[in-house]
Amino acid sequence: MVEAQYRFRDDEPVADPAVTVDSFGDQTNAAAVRIEPGDDARDLLPFLDRLRLVEVNFPSFGDGRGYSAARILREAGYVGELRAVGAVFVDQLSHLRRCGFDSFAPETPLDPIDAEAAFDRWPEVYQATVDGRQPIWSKRHG
Amino acid sequence: MYKYDQYDQAMVDTRVEEFRDQTRRRLDGTLAEENFRPLRLQNGLYLQLHAYMLRVAVPYGTLSSAQMRMLGDIADKYDRGYGHFTTRQNIQYNWIKLEDAPDILADLATVEMHAIQTSGNCIRNISSDQYAGAAADELIDPRPYAELLRQWSSFHPEFLALPRKFKIAVIASDTDRAAMKLHDIGIQMVRNDAGEIGCAFYVGGGMGRTPMIAPLIRDFVPLDQLITYSEACLRVYNRYGRRDNKYKARIKILVHELGKDEYTRQVEEEFAQLLTQNIEPPLAELERIKAYFVDPPFEAGASDDLDRSDPDFALWVANNTAQHKQAGYIIATVSLKPVEGIPGDATADQIRLMADLAKEYAFDELRVTHAQNIVFPHVKKSDLYTLWQKLDAAGLSTANLDTIGDIIACPGLDYCSLANARSIPVAQKIAERFAAQERLDTIGELKLKISGCINACGHHHAGHIGILGVDRKGVENYQLLLGGSEGADTSLGQITGPGFSEDGIVDAVEKATDVYLANKEEGERFLDTYRRIGMTPFKEAIYG
Repeated sequence: MVEAQYRFRDDEPVADPAVTVDSFGDQTNAAAVRIEPGDDARDLLPFLDRLRLVEVNFPSFGDGRGYSAARILREAGYVGELRAVGAVFVDQLSHLRRCGFDSFAPETPLDPIDAEAAFDRWPEVYQATVDGRQPIWSKRHG
Repeated sequence: MYKYDQYDQAMVDTRVEEFRDQTRRRLDGTLAEENFRPLRLQNGLYLQLHAYMLRVAVPYGTLSSAQMRMLGDIADKYDRGYGHFTTRQNIQYNWIKLEDAPDILADLATVEMHAIQTSGNCIRNISSDQYAGAAADELIDPRPYAELLRQWSSFHPEFLALPRKFKIAVIASDTDRAAMKLHDIGIQMVRNDAGEIGCAFYVGGGMGRTPMIAPLIRDFVPLDQLITYSEACLRVYNRYGRRDNKYKARIKILVHELGKDEYTRQVEEEFAQLLTQNIEPPLAELERIKAYFVDPPFEAGASDDLDRSDPDFALWVANNTAQHKQAGYIIATVSLKPVEGIPGDATADQIRLMADLAKEYAFDELRVTHAQNIVFPHVKKSDLYTLWQKLDAAGLSTANLDTIGDIIACPGLDYCSLANARSIPVAQKIAERFAAQERLDTIGELKLKISGCINACGHHHAGHIGILGVDRKGVENYQLLLGGSEGADTSLGQITGPGFSEDGIVDAVEKATDVYLANKEEGERFLDTYRRIGMTPFKEAIYG
C-alpha cells in the first residue's frame, strides 16, 4: 500500500496490500486492488461489493487512461476509496477529483500550498461527471 | 454571435489565474520544464526555434470586431506587429516572451477570448464552416452545436491526457468547406426522414504521416444525445488509443486497426452505459446558445445589383465573394495571400482595419478560414464597392481566392521546431511564378497546399497540388502530390515520384498546370482533369 498525502474520506484507510487486477477475482478475501495502465477497470465490476480500495497507477503525466478507469468505477457505483498513485502532479488534482479520485499518493510529495490552491481552483465546471458537482448548464437552467 | 455569461467568464478568468500561477512556478524553478511543457501547451504556448509561440483560439473561426481589434493590439504590444492566421482558424504569434504570456491571456479574457487547448494532447479548438450562418447552401447554422461542444470539451477532466491531439469539426452543408472528414471527429448536421435535425458522426480521419478519410460511424445522433455520444467516442479512444508510439497514437490508427465496425460497436456499448449517467445538457441549453446565432437585422428588399464597371473590383467580386442566403447580401473574403507576403500573415494595422470594416459593413462579425483568409460574412451588396476600396487602399484586395495564388502553407522551418524544410519561400516563389492575373484566371480553381514536414499542418494531402518538404541528407527537398481534395469529394493526393529542390518544385508545379491546360475539357478544374486523365501524363511531363 502507498501512503496517501491527501485523503478526502472519513473512514479508516484499508491496510491490505493491493493485488493486481488479474489476480483479484481469485483472491476472495482481497479488498484492495491496483489498476495498471493496460488493465480494464470493467474487470472489477463483478467484485464491487468487496472492494474497499482501488489504486490507479499513473505512469506519467501524459498517460490519461486512469481518468477513464476512475470514472468507469464510480459510474458503476463503486463507493470505496479511489487513490491516484504514481506520477500525480499539482495541476492534475482538480481533474482527478472530478473523475472520482478521493485520495492521492504522488510518488513525489506535493507542495502543500500549491496543492491546496489546485484542489480549490475551479469554482465552476462545464461537465457532469461523478463528483456530484452541478455543471454550469444545470445552473443556467436550474 | 455567442456572448459569455458570468459562468463562461469565470472559466476563462480562472484559467488565466491558473496559468499565471503555473508560469510563476516555472520561473521560480518549482515546476520543471518537463512538467510545465504539457501545461503550457494546453494554453497554446509552444517553444519554437527562436521564441515562444502563442496560439489563440478562435472558436469555430468566428470573431467580433472588438475581438479582432484585440488581436491587432496584442500583435503590437507583445509581438512584432503582426499575427499569423492558421489552418485551424486560429491566430498565432511567433515572438512571445514567457513572462508576458499570462498578461496576454488576461487581455484576451477581457474580450471573451483565450488560448485554452489550442495545443497538447486534448480536444482542440472546434472548427467549422467559415460561411456558417451566411451560406446559401446550409441546412442550419452549425455553430451552436460547435459552441455546445466547445463548452463540453473545455477542461474536460477525463480527456486532458489523451494519446494524442484531437480535432473536431462541425458543418451543416453538403459542400464541405472545413475538411470535415479529415478530422478526428467530423460532424455533419443532417435532417432525417422524420424531419428532425441530428448529427452524422465521421470518426478517425486525419492528415499527418498516415492520412485517412474518416468513415461514417453513425448516420444520426439525436440532438439530445450529442454530448453523450461524443463522450463515448472519446472514452473508447482514451482507453484504447495507442500510447506506445506517438506516430500511431491518433484515433485514425485505432479506428483503422480495430476496423470501423468494431470501433463503432465499442462506442455504442459505451454510449449505452453513458446514457444512464445523465451527462447531457438539456435541449434548453442548446436553445439558449442558438439565440446568440440568430440572423443579424438584414435589410429586407436590399438590392441585388452590383456595379462591376471597375474592372479590378469586378475581378475581386468574381474571385473572392460567395452567394449569401439573404437577397441583397454577399459573403466577401479577404485574401491574406498577396504575392510577396507570407500566407496567413496580417499586420496589426491590417487586423484593426478589418475589425473596423466588419463593424461598419458586416454586422460586427468576421471569420477566419482554414485556408488562412478572413471573411466578412454579411455584406450588403450596395456597400461592397466601398468596402473593397478601403481594403484595396490597405493592400488587402488580392483577388486570388481558391486559385493557385491562394496557397496554404505552414510556418515551416522559418519558425517551427518540428519542420524539416521551409514552406514560406516555396509559397512565395510559386506565387511569383503565377503572379499574372490572367494566368490565375486561366488556371482557375486550384488549391495548392504546402507542409514543411510530415505532420501536414499545411494540409498537403488535401491539395489539388500538395507539396511536402522533407530533409534529404541535410538538404531541403520537396515532394509533389496531385489529386487531393477536402470537399464533399474528399480524396488524398498521390506522390508523383522523386522530390525536387526549391526551384525544381516550382518548375514541377508549372509543368503540372501546363498538362492541365493542354488537356482540360470545358468546365473542368485542375482536379477534374487530373481525375479524368490520371497521373501518367503529369508524370511524363514532370519527369520526362
